[in-house]
Amino acid sequence: MLIFTLKRLISLGLSLVAASVVIFFTIEIIPGDAARLMLGINATQDAVDALRVQLGLDQAMIARYWSWVSGLVQGDFGVSYTYRVPVAEMVQGRVWVSLPLAMYALILSTLIAFPIGIIAAANRGSWADWMVMGGTQLGVAIPNFWFAMIMVNLLAIKYRWFTAGGFPGWDDPLIAMKSLTLPAFVLALPQASILARVMRSALLDTLSEDFMRTARAKGRTRRGALVHHALRNAMIPVLTIIGLQFSFLLAGAIIIEKVFFLPGLGSMIFTAITQRDLIVVESVVMLLVFAVILVTFMVDITYALVDPRLRRRA
Amino acid sequence: MIKAAFRMPGFTIGFVIAFIFVGAALVSFLWTPYPVDGVDIANKLHGPDATNWFGTDHLGRDIFSMIMVGARTSIAVAIVAVGIGVVLGVPLGLAAASKKGTLLDEFIMRGNDLIFAFPALLIAILITAVFGASAVNAIIAIGIFNIPVFARLSRGGALSLWTRDFVLAARVAGKGRVRISFEHILPNITNLLIVQGTIQFSLGILAEAALSYVGLGAQPPIPSWGRMLADSQTMVSFAPHLALFPGAAIVLTVLGLNLMGDALRDLFDPKLRRDRQ
Repeated sequence: MLIFTLKRLISLGLSLVAASVVIFFTIEIIPGDAARLMLGINATQDAVDALRVQLGLDQAMIARYWSWVSGLVQGDFGVSYTYRVPVAEMVQGRVWVSLPLAMYALILSTLIAFPIGIIAAANRGSWADWMVMGGTQLGVAIPNFWFAMIMVNLLAIKYRWFTAGGFPGWDDPLIAMKSLTLPAFVLALPQASILARVMRSALLDTLSEDFMRTARAKGRTRRGALVHHALRNAMIPVLTIIGLQFSFLLAGAIIIEKVFFLPGLGSMIFTAITQRDLIVVESVVMLLVFAVILVTFMVDITYALVDPRLRRRA
Repeated sequence: MIKAAFRMPGFTIGFVIAFIFVGAALVSFLWTPYPVDGVDIANKLHGPDATNWFGTDHLGRDIFSMIMVGARTSIAVAIVAVGIGVVLGVPLGLAAASKKGTLLDEFIMRGNDLIFAFPALLIAILITAVFGASAVNAIIAIGIFNIPVFARLSRGGALSLWTRDFVLAARVAGKGRVRISFEHILPNITNLLIVQGTIQFSLGILAEAALSYVGLGAQPPIPSWGRMLADSQTMVSFAPHLALFPGAAIVLTVLGLNLMGDALRDLFDPKLRRDRQ
């Protein structure tokens, strides 16, 4: 297990380095001069040159990459071109909207998908199964931001069960969670549909295995065999999907934030794009990719905990 | 084969829906009920009626016409994005499979993992930050995201084929890896590719809508379903038809394509078919 974890850690590190190279050099091929962009067309050449030195734009590309990465490692994300504020400060408040939203949605998606998928698999071919298959087919096809708009109008504006948008901060965790509930639910729905389908088909696969018949022959009830033997074996494909879903939830969170006017990373990054505040774009994208790679790593470790065979194979 | 496909209700329903939207997109080149740039402020925010079937928007433009032209954007973006994924992803996957276990294989697969860490939206954000927002950049972003999908799929499919006798026979006959990949492996994984292509097509339509919604996709005056939804957001409480019709168009198209994809998968995979019966 230790060697497995170490190997995964090394690949985590390599992925991060590769991702940072891709992000940095994509941004670097941008036409135009960041310093001139900030100061406007009326600025004198001297002022532009001075700013270039101040921002480190006069250095070689490799040197700039190095100082960006070593800054990131120390939590220094650079200074925003537009606001002249450290990016780390700008990001701090917003990360605690986007990340909890994605995590909340991940939990909701799992909570919705597991029982639905299990019920469908256990009652295969019944009306419950058909309902689940039809409902999830629809759930996958509905764009979540559109569903969010409908929900806001129905549940928040018409019935006033939820707030229509905005975020009050984490001073009162209960109120904060309440304002994230509708966004998280909307975000979770398509992912829950996919997960329920995967859960169902993974369970159906294991239900036809020989060890299931053995378990029943040994006197396990249908339910007992399902919970104790089938579920554990169906977890591998389910975990894979959960891991993959996190990146979609994080990206989805950025979009859903727009519907609910949540002050997360989404609004920040879209503003930064229009203002061509590249250092902000660069750092926030890196942060999001870091989160995705980290979750993939954690899923890999969980695999090995669930399935001992994988530890040796790696 | 085609007859068998149409005997499946899922495929037929999906095909009819897809046919309607592709038809609407094609017809929109020749005719729309009203010009999509026909601003008519006096007629703004009309509900659906006999003159404007789906109503008009805040500038008095006919929503039915905009949805017809919007179908063009959605379909074009999704198709080209799938094309990018297939043209670049499939050869990479085939190459990786034909040199399984070598440095090339490892390199291609790790590259795939890397792209997987970037959701299409983040790729789009990076590209837009550099080149500005446009439908073309949305295509590139979704297309890049499709590459590892097809590379993995074709590598997986090809790996199991490389152990088969007919491939061995081709090697004995003196064919090289590239020829075998394209002449013997590729025809045998087309089914897989068609099914995945249908699914990526529907995902592409969803992704295009999402990108246009946040302003990273097609720019005005090109009509796009996602941007129609973004425009409607502030008015939806008193003019729900603004959001209803573009949203329904997206749902129906995606649903139709998914139904087709599922039916095709069942058709191509005899094991699944037997299970269902």
